[in-house]
Amino acid sequence: MEKTWNNKAWFMVLPVLVLVAFSAVIPLMTVVNYSVQDTFGGNQFFWAGSEWFEEMLHSDRFWAAMGRNLIFSAIILTIQIPLGIFIALNMPRKGWGVPVCLVLMALPLLIPWNVVGTIWQVFGRIDIGLLGYTLHALGFDYNYVNDPFDAWVTIILMDVWHWTSLVVLLCYAGLVSIPDAFYQAAKIDGASRWAVFRYIQLPKMQRVLLIAVLLRFMDSFMIYTEPFVVTGGGPGNSTTFLSIDLVKMAVGQFDLGPAAAMSIIYFLIVLLLSWVFYTVMTNYDVEK
Amino acid sequence: MARIDLNHIRHAYGANPKSEKDYALREVHHSFEDGGAYALLGPSGCGKTTLLNIISGLLHPSHGQLLFDGKDVTRLSTQERNIAQVFQFPVIYDTMTVYDNLAFPLRNRGVGEADVDRKVRETLDMIDLASWAKRKARGLTADQKQKISLGRGLVRSDVNAILFDEPLTVIDPHMKWVLRSQLKQLHRRFGYTMIYVTHDQTEALTFAEKVVVMYDGEIVQIGTPAELFERPKHTFVGYFIGSPGMNVMPVAVEGRRAKLGGQVIDLPGTPSAEGNGIELGIRPEFVRLGAKGMPVTVRKVEDIGRHKVVRAILEGREIAVILGEDDHVPAEPRVTFDPAGINLYDKSWRVEMGA
Repeated sequence: MEKTWNNKAWFMVLPVLVLVAFSAVIPLMTVVNYSVQDTFGGNQFFWAGSEWFEEMLHSDRFWAAMGRNLIFSAIILTIQIPLGIFIALNMPRKGWGVPVCLVLMALPLLIPWNVVGTIWQVFGRIDIGLLGYTLHALGFDYNYVNDPFDAWVTIILMDVWHWTSLVVLLCYAGLVSIPDAFYQAAKIDGASRWAVFRYIQLPKMQRVLLIAVLLRFMDSFMIYTEPFVVTGGGPGNSTTFLSIDLVKMAVGQFDLGPAAAMSIIYFLIVLLLSWVFYTVMTNYDVEK
Repeated sequence: MARIDLNHIRHAYGANPKSEKDYALREVHHSFEDGGAYALLGPSGCGKTTLLNIISGLLHPSHGQLLFDGKDVTRLSTQERNIAQVFQFPVIYDTMTVYDNLAFPLRNRGVGEADVDRKVRETLDMIDLASWAKRKARGLTADQKQKISLGRGLVRSDVNAILFDEPLTVIDPHMKWVLRSQLKQLHRRFGYTMIYVTHDQTEALTFAEKVVVMYDGEIVQIGTPAELFERPKHTFVGYFIGSPGMNVMPVAVEGRRAKLGGQVIDLPGTPSAEGNGIELGIRPEFVRLGAKGMPVTVRKVEDIGRHKVVRAILEGREIAVILGEDDHVPAEPRVTFDPAGINLYDKSWRVEMGA
């Protein structure tokens, strides 16, 4: 049969292109548009070039928020990944315990962000919150409204409570895919508990861990709702992360230009860091 | 190396076995001699792997006792028993090199690096992977991976026994032959006690000095390949070993004669059981096709190269006959039974025949 050569097949990707255009590209482009212009309201715009970007990159406020984000993500990863692995290793593999554990683990993931925030906001209050009140009664000087350290502890606890399950579930999926023969062979070979973890379980979890690290990094780096609900970015600026700062700037102060420039820088940083994570971890995989 | 005694071992996977049916192993009472090469042969689900795992300590039997050189090891862990076992599917440690994979069981037991190196190099030569020592184990083929698994079983020279659980299932036929003869050589050289589980009769008969045939959670016969072939103790052994399997037909026994429908067959001796409900078993190799004897109808002739298999009807029952490659089916075919190949069975178990 004679083959017809034309470019009609491109029409096949049209639906996806339209969808992505409306969901991502067009909104992003409006942000790009704002970032290079200045406005004093009344729908009047003036060309500003790279002014807002320069202002952002020289702004202490921006770098301080960025620093808080990086520290927050680093803490979240160092707690949630090992803790998630640890819990997954200790979850039952068969019997009635399996569905019970899975449901318990999935519960925090099903709660909407702002509800999680509200739960912890109340939980930590020293007048009516179970956590805050108890700590106070025990003589601890805990108050997330006044003390930046306490605010951080609260937010980190909240995030660990909310998201460690994701790491657990991913790791658990990796663990249950290991055939029994591996554990039997390890017994025959006289492997210690640690050796079983290091040479059987960890290699099998490597791929899901890569996904877990990426997801948890991106998500924690973009954190907004929960700290916004619990501390509103305070006390002072101590829990003002990039996203919170961004909303303050765009919606609170109506500085559309700088806010747009900040969005783009923020977006590029998330993209860059995710790419670095991914490349490093997949290369590591190949070399091994 | 050790002598292994199984003292009335029974095993059920469920917690509260009620009837005989709940037992994966009904009752096994047997000894594996020090330095012997045994094959555990039987169909899937007959309890071979259960028995193997009980010996290695991956399972603890519900009843009975296990002795290594007379010492009770029933409650000891796998490590304490010092056993090597090779599984059906290759188990390798992906992130290690081939060398480290083989060194793993030694290092776990605190063997000095110099000894590890010597043993690993020896084993690498044995399994023919010396040139792959520094490679990561991940990228290897199934054959090579299984060779590593075998190697990990062979690397410790002080083990009490080496157990193989259908180790050649994933290997292609040519390699199977090579590996099997290597195992046999190793056995001759080092005198390991080896127990080899398989459902493939060729594999069992070529590997082992003694074949243990299992059926439905029990050992039905233990013997050399020749014994299993000539004197099957149970009709199952008759069916299972040999290709085609033994012909089994119901007969009525009176003294030294067996009646098969309208035909009378002279027996080589007087059986200790009499009457109806007795079965006569004869391998196709011992049935002679010619112009004399009982008339048969030939249904088809399968030429399988070395010889022909004739499928015929004798007194309304199917019977298989082996015919030489150059022999022909006569015009009015009749069969006779070679007395040397006649076995009698009462309730499936072999009946001895006196003189």
